[in-house]
Amino acid sequence: MIGSDPVLDVRKLIVEFSSEDGPVRAVDEVSFQVRRGEIVGLVGESGAGKSLTSEALLGLIRRPPGRVAGEVWFGGRDLLTLDEAALSRIRGKDIAMIFQNPTASLNPVFRVGDQMLEAMSLHLPEPRRVLRERVIETLGRVGISSPRARARDYPHQFSGGMAQRVMIGMGISCVPSLLIADEPTTALDVTIQAQVLALIRRLARELGVAVLLVSHDLGIISQMCHRVLVMYAGRVVEDATVGALFRAPAHPYTRGLIECLPRLEGDGRLGAIGGMMPGLRSLPPGCRFHPRCPVAEPRCRVDAPLLRSIAADREVACHLAETS
Amino acid sequence: MTSSPPLLEVSDLVKHFPVRSNPLAAFWPGASPRVVHAVDGVSFTIESGETLGLVGESGCGKTTTGRLVLRAIDPTSGRIAFEGQDITALPARRLLPFRRKVQIVFQDPYSSLNPRLTVGRAVAEPIRVHRIAEGARAAARVRELLDMVGLSTEYLHRYPHELSGGQRQRVGIARALAAGPRLVVADEAVSALDVSVRAQILNLLVDLRERLGLAYLFVSHDLGVIRFVSHRVAVMYLGKLVEVAPTAELFKQPRHPYTQALLAAIPTVGDGATSIFDDPTRLLEGELPNPIDLPRGCRFASRCPHRMSRCDEVEPALREPAPAHAVACHLYP
Amino acid sequence: MAEPLSADDRPLTAGDPGAGAAGAEVPAAARGGLRRGWRRFRRNPGAVFGLAVFLVIVAMAVLAPVLAPYDPIAQGVGKPFERPSTAHWAGTDSFGRDIMSRIIYGARVALVVGIVAVLLAMIIGVTLGLISGYYGGIVDTVIMRIMDGLFAFPIIILAIAMMAVMGFGVRNVIVAVAVGFIAPFARVTRGDVLAVKEEPYIEAARLAGVGSLAIIFRHVLPNVLAPIIVQGALRVSGAIITESGLSFLGLGPPPPTPAWGRMIAEGQSFIVMAPHVSTIPGIALMLAIVALNLLGDGVRDTLDPRMRR
Repeated sequence: MIGSDPVLDVRKLIVEFSSEDGPVRAVDEVSFQVRRGEIVGLVGESGAGKSLTSEALLGLIRRPPGRVAGEVWFGGRDLLTLDEAALSRIRGKDIAMIFQNPTASLNPVFRVGDQMLEAMSLHLPEPRRVLRERVIETLGRVGISSPRARARDYPHQFSGGMAQRVMIGMGISCVPSLLIADEPTTALDVTIQAQVLALIRRLARELGVAVLLVSHDLGIISQMCHRVLVMYAGRVVEDATVGALFRAPAHPYTRGLIECLPRLEGDGRLGAIGGMMPGLRSLPPGCRFHPRCPVAEPRCRVDAPLLRSIAADREVACHLAETS
Repeated sequence: MTSSPPLLEVSDLVKHFPVRSNPLAAFWPGASPRVVHAVDGVSFTIESGETLGLVGESGCGKTTTGRLVLRAIDPTSGRIAFEGQDITALPARRLLPFRRKVQIVFQDPYSSLNPRLTVGRAVAEPIRVHRIAEGARAAARVRELLDMVGLSTEYLHRYPHELSGGQRQRVGIARALAAGPRLVVADEAVSALDVSVRAQILNLLVDLRERLGLAYLFVSHDLGVIRFVSHRVAVMYLGKLVEVAPTAELFKQPRHPYTQALLAAIPTVGDGATSIFDDPTRLLEGELPNPIDLPRGCRFASRCPHRMSRCDEVEPALREPAPAHAVACHLYP
Repeated sequence: MAEPLSADDRPLTAGDPGAGAAGAEVPAAARGGLRRGWRRFRRNPGAVFGLAVFLVIVAMAVLAPVLAPYDPIAQGVGKPFERPSTAHWAGTDSFGRDIMSRIIYGARVALVVGIVAVLLAMIIGVTLGLISGYYGGIVDTVIMRIMDGLFAFPIIILAIAMMAVMGFGVRNVIVAVAVGFIAPFARVTRGDVLAVKEEPYIEAARLAGVGSLAIIFRHVLPNVLAPIIVQGALRVSGAIITESGLSFLGLGPPPPTPAWGRMIAEGQSFIVMAPHVSTIPGIALMLAIVALNLLGDGVRDTLDPRMRR
């Protein structure tokens, strides 16, 4: 079900911006892999750098003022070394991306079917006649009823959930090997969200699409992903399978996040993490989380912990996790 | 039973928004004016010190209901009574005493504070308007309020853009409490906040409720939050209440199919072995019907897994199959 | 240089404060705002040039008695039509008056009329815009239709008409020029008021029981002020052009008060023989206008990212 070779191999990805106070690293040496049919989650609060990470993969960061370093291996090539022309051939075809607000990605003055046709004819060699049929087939596959009629509708005639399905349809129409979904359901209602996420699960399972799912919602991550990376202030603090992470979170931040969630059973106060994530221009010395950490020790104030393996398939960046 | 009236009593509240489509439609014979049925006959009460959670997805009318309760917008029909007094049709100038007792906390911390006012002046404004205190006493009260929401006095002279989302929300809460209200309408008050900050603010709201004996009308789409903060929960769908019950009861034994679907669709933290999204029986099919052209019978029928023929004909009324647990569904006649 | 963006695209503020009750470092954002604004302004060469020239003009206006080498209305301090020389930097006009001194004193008229007219127009226009935007309905329609009427007139025609009715004198020039600028201020204000009116903090004030007038002046006005100020800065040059146009046509401040427009007019007949009489005041006027426009643009560009909230 899940392949063994990575479809996407990110190594020490860095995203930096120049500011009046010097360079600021919004993404600091992030590494991970996504294999065929696997759903990997990037979770973190706002400002953690997860959206920037996904944008950097596709060369969507404007440089200057940004600077991207590291390696992003996909299809045997390092995407960071490719020029815009080569990247645009990959985007939409081999790597599909869907964002939070689907209607913003659709041109309001063109019919949906025509937009999908344009996207497909850019990447696929088949004649438009054939592609037109494929558009309708794709719309049906993502669960849009009466696809032939709906293909002639305009974006404003689609609800949020339907529009997101259209985006997914556009994304998979060229049979990509990787789908990057950045908060795809944040703007959707719970019941619609369930439909869209179920669709993404099906894509991974049936078509073997590798999925990178970016979200701030731990619940979604736990139900959707096979692996998860927890990001904090630009760094990965924990990297584990979903089962291992939620059963026994190793990093204090992960533990805190899980305790913050209002559960549907249980009582009493919500666990909360005092303070807030530091701005990138005022990072504390040592471990970036130490000012808010309930178990911080003196060395945490001085030494920034590195991401280290504490068990098979499990990495944590925490001094205390290593010793326990 | 109790002799004093409930703090808030809402009866058959209706709000229709006109839809301005074709201007010529006014002359078309036989066409009735089209309206959005935002709130279509909602009734509930809130007792002093009680938190009622109002939950539903977008378009269900919960936000509009909150606005109606505040008299921020005027109802198309229905009755709103606060502390026993009918305030439905009170003109604006007679509403001032009411405005002191019912306040709001908004969803967006970034636009709910005037960017040109310092924190101190924003919080002091209701105190001034309602002439609660002057000069030094007012300043003391402002400091006291900031302390209550967990902000130190150095925030008095800060501007909103210098604060984080969580801090701004605290200021918004302080401002809401400034005049000493008895009921606070929290309109998605934590939805725009990060998870860890959300937890802080929720804890704060619960603490304040205990301390000050506040009642909340807590409007949210997030069932987890609603579960944590509410004594009773009311579920809305397309302008109507479909289920009202004490919190524990609703989550343990949801009766309405929509409530059941809502609960089933929430991604709670699982063990990673199975995914709720792989289980097609949990998913609700279809989309919301148009709030302008509503179906004749039950509004949920088109998506309901238990749909019967009666559901397409007759709209179910809100009944109580169990004490204090109301459901509007033909499965519970 | 663009400011670094956090993952959710909000500009990072320097020194994010720590937890509420846990105390916080004083953020530099407040002070940094002004300093950073100046730094950004400084990097714009046009804006700096504009500011420099503007300051020179202000200096000329304020220090005219000190700076002017000769009495501007004294005739015969030099031979008529003298070319620019060391004695008379801009030469002399047909009455033998020193042109340089007249230019320096002319700055007074230009600035006073320009700034006061714009201020007057701003006060009236902004008030109308506030009322129109906030109350809407019939009030809005009436006010805006009147503004449309004003808009229909080219400012100079309007000014001429008003002068014809009111007569001469600097005060009337100011009023005439101001009238032409009321409509743009009203329009811009109304537009911004319509946007601000929908913000939650306005609703919060209303729900707290704050009265309409207080809302307009305490909550709405401060939040629409920034673009208005920029408008004002940009309009001063237009006001000066209008005043010059009026004085060129002989409708400006009466002689012998030096006014750049009239100086240009006076040299018309001698344009071939003594071009400096018209040309040099013309250049002064042109420099002033260009500088003010650049300054206004610079102010707008500096404030713009902040306005885009």
